[in-house]
Amino acid sequence: MTITEKILARESGASIVQPGDNIWVNAGILLTHDVCGPGTIGIFQQEFGKDAKVFDREKIVILPDHYIYTADVKAHRNIDILRAFVKEQNLPYFYDPGTPSYCGVCHVALPELGHVRPGETIFGTDSHTCTHGALGAFSSGIGNTDAGFIMGTGKLLVKVPPTLRFVLDGKMPSYLSAKDLILHIIGDITVDGATYCAMEFTGSAIEALSIEERCTICNMAVEAGAKNGIIAPDQKTFDYVNARTKKPYEPLYSDRDAKIQAEYRYDVSKLEPVVAKPHLPDNKALARDCRDVKVTQVYIGSCTGGKLEDFIMAAQLLKGRKVAIKTLIVPATRHVEQGLIDTKIDGQSLRAIFEAAGVEPIAPPSCAACLGGPIDTFGRTHGNEVVVSTTNRNFIGRMGSKDSQVYLASPYTAAATAIKGTITDPRDL
Amino acid sequence: MSKAKLIRGPVYVLEDNIDTDLLIPACYLNLVPTIPEEYKKLGSYALAGLPDSFPKFASNPDGSTPYPIVIGGRNFGCGSSREHAPIALGAAGASVVVAQSYARIFFRNCVATGEVFPIESETRLCKEFKTGDEAEVNIEANTVTRLSDGKIFPLKPIGAVAPVIDAGGMFAYARAIGMIKK
Ligand code: SF4
Repeated sequence: MTITEKILARESGASIVQPGDNIWVNAGILLTHDVCGPGTIGIFQQEFGKDAKVFDREKIVILPDHYIYTADVKAHRNIDILRAFVKEQNLPYFYDPGTPSYCGVCHVALPELGHVRPGETIFGTDSHTCTHGALGAFSSGIGNTDAGFIMGTGKLLVKVPPTLRFVLDGKMPSYLSAKDLILHIIGDITVDGATYCAMEFTGSAIEALSIEERCTICNMAVEAGAKNGIIAPDQKTFDYVNARTKKPYEPLYSDRDAKIQAEYRYDVSKLEPVVAKPHLPDNKALARDCRDVKVTQVYIGSCTGGKLEDFIMAAQLLKGRKVAIKTLIVPATRHVEQGLIDTKIDGQSLRAIFEAAGVEPIAPPSCAACLGGPIDTFGRTHGNEVVVSTTNRNFIGRMGSKDSQVYLASPYTAAATAIKGTITDPRDL
Repeated sequence: MSKAKLIRGPVYVLEDNIDTDLLIPACYLNLVPTIPEEYKKLGSYALAGLPDSFPKFASNPDGSTPYPIVIGGRNFGCGSSREHAPIALGAAGASVVVAQSYARIFFRNCVATGEVFPIESETRLCKEFKTGDEAEVNIEANTVTRLSDGKIFPLKPIGAVAPVIDAGGMFAYARAIGMIKK
């Protein structure tokens, strides 16, 4: 069996499962946030009754992150709904905006907080829940109804996905990042190339990646339609997880002879920086072939490109240089925000590097303009902006305005573009 | 899903990769679908993310749609897990989506909520219909008929999720099989 099949088998009490089997799987963690949490709670209360108790207080994690720094009245009302529910149910893992426990973007915070453990199952009311497969968990996005069901029962009916294996070998060239790798893959297999499948990433180039970079790859599995992305855990994973949680876990691994649906091989040493042009994540082009594209704003943030290492990459290029266009910096979490101060390149903090380069005042952590959001959202587009963004989606209207155009890129390419004002291959600086 | 299995009316035609930001833009995700007034509001914003060159979907004065049938191409509903997407279609009064293929979470959310039937077509129907054409979808016979000339197009059987759809959504199914108490 594959790692995905083994985790699903163990959590359903079966010794063997096969792709296509519909099985009831135990939820190790149920994750929700401010946009889908209130609806999930609504379903839970409608279906299980006003006095119902959640299946397991320890397994529910609520990380508001989408609409935090806004005057929108309903957005605040929604967080109040979460607060009331947390109080009523006495839930221990609620990271409340406006208090010291607030974190920021749920998919960066969940592993940071030690809620992601190899071999476990995670279901979340957000499609990028697939991020957490980077630590060897089965992790998948679901809707409010399924989440309400889990809240009451701790289980979900899951169809076992077939596995597509991506073997990435070779040495990473300078200025190539995990974002480029996943944009290459999605460009090749297209936005529905992995529909219903597990995407398993393996090979020496994956092993060489940090945990954060692995998260970037699994984060975008859903952009190819996948149910989950997954990377076998190794010593790096254990070191990361053990530093954040004392809870025991049991990792699982794919068998050598596991049946898979297809295998794709890449030599990463031959790959070049890419962008995804508007309006689909599979609209791949080499960054150097887009030199003529004039850009009006650069956005570095989100669960894909707002982690500490993303800002380190950007700062490497921005150090000692000036941005030519509006450049927005949104750390994904409080932890990342603090990291901008604590992390230094040649004695200068990332924050100081960005400020000296002339970026906009750095925003507090949240999803911000990654998904447009309420009208007063930081960085939201309002006209025909041309944006180079480290986020994961470039659909029409995704960052706010239907008339704006979004190019998805790595933090290196985004920073190089900020300096030049046109799409720039970071190797050309 | 206590919905009729014979759906007749004008169709609204879309093509490939209709994403959830088109189905319901993020600025409306502050609405909570389980609050009745907000459920209705979501319906009035269904497909509000489409470029302005498209006819308005929820164009009735009361915020509902004159189109009970939505036709799409490949990968319908790609993108986010927001259940607001099928709910917006259902709340607007659409009953069925007929597309060549679906993004997984959208399909699942249609089934789990019972808001709209997600049916797969055998052929590329978005090339056979234009918005406003009258059609009849027969979910038992797995056909869609173009009423202007009576031409019949085959649909794929609903498959493994049929028991959940027949029961009327995830909760009804779980009750029917004894997973949760009645
Ligand atoms: S950062 Fe963007 S993609 Fe990630 S959870 Fe927030 S809105 Fe979704």
